[in-house]
Amino acid sequence: MRWVNRQIDRSGRILLGSLPILLLVLLYLFLAAQRHAANPMDKILPLPTGMAQGMAALLFQPDQLTGQLIFWADTLASLQRLGIGLGIATVSALVVGLVLGILPPVRATFGPLVTGIAVIPPIALLPILFIALGLGETAKVALIVIGIAPVMVRDIMAHVSALPREQIIKAQTLGASSWQIMIRVALPQAMPRLFHAVKLALGPAWVFLISAEAIASDVGLGYRIFLVRRYLSMDVIIPYVAWIALLAILMDVALTVLSQRLYPWAHGASH
Amino acid sequence: MNARAETLLSLRDVWVEYGDKIVLEKVDLDIEAGSFVSIIGPSGAGKSSLLRIVLGQEVPTRGSILLDGTPLTPECGPDRGVVFQRYSVFPHLSVLRNTVFGLECEKAPLTARLFGKARRAAEAEAAEMLHAVGLGDSMHLYPAQMSGGMQQRLAIAQALIKRPRILLLDEPFGALDPGIRADMHTLITKLWRDYSLTIIMVTHDIREAFSLGTRVLALDKRRHDPHAPHRFGATAVYDLPLRRDEQPASEGIVVVADTPLSIEETIRHG
Repeated sequence: MRWVNRQIDRSGRILLGSLPILLLVLLYLFLAAQRHAANPMDKILPLPTGMAQGMAALLFQPDQLTGQLIFWADTLASLQRLGIGLGIATVSALVVGLVLGILPPVRATFGPLVTGIAVIPPIALLPILFIALGLGETAKVALIVIGIAPVMVRDIMAHVSALPREQIIKAQTLGASSWQIMIRVALPQAMPRLFHAVKLALGPAWVFLISAEAIASDVGLGYRIFLVRRYLSMDVIIPYVAWIALLAILMDVALTVLSQRLYPWAHGASH
Repeated sequence: MNARAETLLSLRDVWVEYGDKIVLEKVDLDIEAGSFVSIIGPSGAGKSSLLRIVLGQEVPTRGSILLDGTPLTPECGPDRGVVFQRYSVFPHLSVLRNTVFGLECEKAPLTARLFGKARRAAEAEAAEMLHAVGLGDSMHLYPAQMSGGMQQRLAIAQALIKRPRILLLDEPFGALDPGIRADMHTLITKLWRDYSLTIIMVTHDIREAFSLGTRVLALDKRRHDPHAPHRFGATAVYDLPLRRDEQPASEGIVVVADTPLSIEETIRHG
């Protein structure tokens, strides 16, 4: 049988998919054990027991200065920044992308501006944001928004303007105005695409969040990683990175499931 | 049905040019109310261009188009319904919602949605139309769950609920299987009779053109310049009025009336 025809069933997929991950974990444990056999004080590849000890302090012991549980305070702060940033970017991508995609005069007017903003590397704007908005929460959220919104706007705009011309014509022969076409034809069809755009933007959003926190912050997942780097605390960095990965995966799955529930017509409900 | 009713649509000296390419030249046509006009012709003869200017999707370079004696607005409107070969229905709406859409647009300018009593009335009207096209049992399916033939039935129901003055069909059955196409021919003939429609249909299928139409227009270039083929446009080279028997549509019941050309010759020319 040709390999292109080999379909893998559900249990087989789980088994095969977990195989490389397991191998990587085993490889890590093997290397870590080897280093610890040579030097019991090794900090570069901590063993799981070391990570548990390192994390226990952050998880369960209140910080002496603030009285907060550091890990949860970091998570809350980061998720809040990420959530506000993603929220603003998503809403603006939907509104701007929809209007630009469906109304040619508006696209002609603002299309070049959106393209221009989209090609600026957002990190290059970070100094401007810090100068203009200070070092507080606003600048961090602004970096996320500026980093992901232009790409999302262009994605939604392209999707809406690529709706079959026949549909737009048909809607007009059914008596629809520009406004009605926008809210009844373009908006619902842009929604599954918006979910997809948010999923793709999650990665960059995390990058900008960690960058902003690394440069100027006093709480947050990114801040903590860059803080403990000074002490070579791999026993904290690795669990933090794993936690970030887990959060990102959970968001991705949640968005996928939500999109499938809300827009079954867009997810291959075929005959 | 009276075949010689008043003129519904007239095209006066219509030209369509894209840059220096002439697609249609000097098209003069009168289309009577209640007629079923088939438009045939080779690829690139401007069949679809003709349909687009009648639809209002494009503006003719020269000439005028009159609907009921008044010039057409150069924009699509509810007086002209359309069914395309594909993409005529909204994939995000169920069959019933697709059909109600036209009524919602008219009655709710701001929200384009109806609620309560008005919505139930609109849905009842849509359901009646869906029964007429044979989709009475599929009202809650999405278009992606239906076959191509069912999607075209939906597209027809969607257009007819607005009671358009003219129904334009752009190769509506071109993508369907032969068996389903025959069903659709029966359906469109029945609807044409029941609702007293005026239909203009562009098709590649000459058999279909003759079996459905009360009039067949063949578009082609009258003149041809081998060095600049784009400088001459197409026009109606044959205009064949047909007489349709009163029986429901089946193949081969069409008689060509008052024309010296046989169907065979026309086909060879087209």
